[in-house]
Amino acid sequence: MTTTTSAPAAPAKIASGRSGELLTALGVLALLLAAPFLFYPVFVMKVLCFALFAAAFNLLIGFVGLLSFGHAAFFGTGAYIAAHAAKVWHLDPLVAVVLGGLGGGVLGLAVGFLAIKRKGIYFSMITLALSQMVFFIAVQAPFTGGEDGIQGIPRGHLFGFIDLNEPLPMYGFVLAIFVFGMFALWRIVHSPFGQILKAIRDNEARAISLGYDVARYKLIAFVISAAVAAAAGGAKSLVFQLASLTDITWQMSGEVILITLLGGIGTILGPVVGAVIVITLENYLATLDVPVTVLIGGIFVACVLLFRRGIVGEIEHWLARR
Amino acid sequence: MRKDTRNPAVSARLTAWLARTTAVAALALGASQALAADGVKIGVLNDQSGVYADYGGKWSVEAARMAVEDFGGSVLGQKIEIVSADHQNKPDIGSNIARQWYDVDGVDMITELTTSSVALAVHELSKEKKKIDIVVGAATSRLTGDACQPYGFHWAFDTRALAVGTGGALTKAGGNTWFFLTADYAFGYQLEEDTTKLVKEEGGKVLGSVRHPLNNNDFSSFLLQAQASQAKVVGLANAGLDTTNSVKQASEFGITAGGQKLAGLLMTLAEVHGLGLKASQGLVLTEGYYWDLDDKSREFGERFFKRTQRMPSMIHAGTYSAVLSYLKAVKAAGSKDTEKVAAKLKELPVDDVFGRGGKVLANGRMVHDMYLFEVKKPEDSKKPWDYYKLLATIPGDKAFFSLAESGCPIK
Repeated sequence: MTTTTSAPAAPAKIASGRSGELLTALGVLALLLAAPFLFYPVFVMKVLCFALFAAAFNLLIGFVGLLSFGHAAFFGTGAYIAAHAAKVWHLDPLVAVVLGGLGGGVLGLAVGFLAIKRKGIYFSMITLALSQMVFFIAVQAPFTGGEDGIQGIPRGHLFGFIDLNEPLPMYGFVLAIFVFGMFALWRIVHSPFGQILKAIRDNEARAISLGYDVARYKLIAFVISAAVAAAAGGAKSLVFQLASLTDITWQMSGEVILITLLGGIGTILGPVVGAVIVITLENYLATLDVPVTVLIGGIFVACVLLFRRGIVGEIEHWLARR
Repeated sequence: MRKDTRNPAVSARLTAWLARTTAVAALALGASQALAADGVKIGVLNDQSGVYADYGGKWSVEAARMAVEDFGGSVLGQKIEIVSADHQNKPDIGSNIARQWYDVDGVDMITELTTSSVALAVHELSKEKKKIDIVVGAATSRLTGDACQPYGFHWAFDTRALAVGTGGALTKAGGNTWFFLTADYAFGYQLEEDTTKLVKEEGGKVLGSVRHPLNNNDFSSFLLQAQASQAKVVGLANAGLDTTNSVKQASEFGITAGGQKLAGLLMTLAEVHGLGLKASQGLVLTEGYYWDLDDKSREFGERFFKRTQRMPSMIHAGTYSAVLSYLKAVKAAGSKDTEKVAAKLKELPVDDVFGRGGKVLANGRMVHDMYLFEVKKPEDSKKPWDYYKLLATIPGDKAFFSLAESGCPIK
């Protein structure tokens, strides 16, 4: 299975495909379990949150072909709701994150309902416009704390007895959210529902002619993506104990596009790899004299010009051709 | 990008490849983390690439280095080291770096901290980690008010001092009718409200105000309203690019030429330099430092200029003063233990190029004199960087909240 590229028997191919994916998943999981001992845990948690956010975004762009330019609205909403739930209502951290995810889902339903009525650039523009409205609310509403954000959010005790102020339990908590989210997305992509999404992506007219209610499928995918993005935002607000306007600006929508594009659109692992690269750059370049934004911009240009499939996409492509 | 045919061999190889690369990266990073040695480490955390890159930026890092050199490079026989980072105006990046500095890299004190959201986040973190932070570049008076904490300090200025300086002193000097151009968010409201209070205390009147959206480009309709109000002073309760843009356009509309005064509520020498005297002449503003005040400040300003090719603003001089005071406190405490150093910081007087006869309150507020300046006309400026005319000196006790007024529970 290591070098055969022309596997003759179809069943064998399917079987090894499953095991290959399982191996990949286990490998990544093993890495993630080891990560807090090798790297700074808070940093890895941040990467996980952004990876999940990008994976949720990737569900739309990679598997339905919808470019949302307003995903920061969901990420930020999740962050604010979870922050408020934990700080003001003193809820369990898990409940706070779930509430954040639900809030994002409801917002996704409203935004998606309007946005999917149009296609292509118009779809992107509507998502951008609506997310700017959400941003405006975040600037003005009293509970978000304006540009100061919500600060000093207590991480609390999971189920009342696991102290999340310790780095390792917190890491476990975030990892569990990440794994659950990624697994859900993976299952969705590989389900009959996911097949229909891909059919819509590849040829929407044909999907309609086959009798699928395309609008409804798009809306469901949009809501799922929004909810997962919001849960990632909620987890992030607990990690850093703050929710701020950064989470909800349009630049954040751009950042998640960059992460996904760099990692590989339409691949499961792509957003994770993209998040590792972008977040690492942001953090480790911060202490150098190079302006971070210029460098990230340069990488974006290079990515678009040289490897359009993204890193994971190119590697898969290259391995498949060998 | 339109493909999802997963080759079985691909995934397996991908796993192996990922495992290898990550292992290498882990080794490299792990090694660098092990290097955290002792000595005294000071972190300068601010915006070095965004809108505040001139306001503080890497020039603040240079100011911190100057403080270390002037102190002699070591304290209690330990080497002093400056580290710096660009928080890109994002509180999560700032918070991540600060955590890593405290937890892994052994940083003892973090300073500068431009942008209130980042400053508040690090302030909260320093309390939790029991480390000292000295905020210089952020404005919010909450840092020593309801968000105060025993190991956090606020050095150069705050929204209260700006309001007292520009609002109070200017009204006293005859600018007794006001019109506000206010950025439409909490920071703008707070600045407008604080300033209004002081204008009224001095017997002035506010004729009206108009709110403009954040990051606005076109101020024409707002400026016309300000012009029509016939107020003697047009107060700019905004920050950063909004201030620069509104000053530029006000000059184009001939607001200052028409006899009205422009008052920048949050401006420093760096912004005036960026705008040029032609656009900013006649503008009134409050700062805690100006290089051409006296011999002492000139000496520092010229030394700073030699290294950076620019004159320091209150942010740069404030960072210098903060680092120097911290080092003095470490020396006086005889250790870098947070409790002892914080106590010494509050006990020792501050007397350097920045804080003349300054003192530190129990809530961490460094109280020192503030100055009300007017930007000179181009023809009055006799040398490069000769920008300000001193209008009034505001004594520290008047400029800043007293401990009781601040709303800080620490007594």
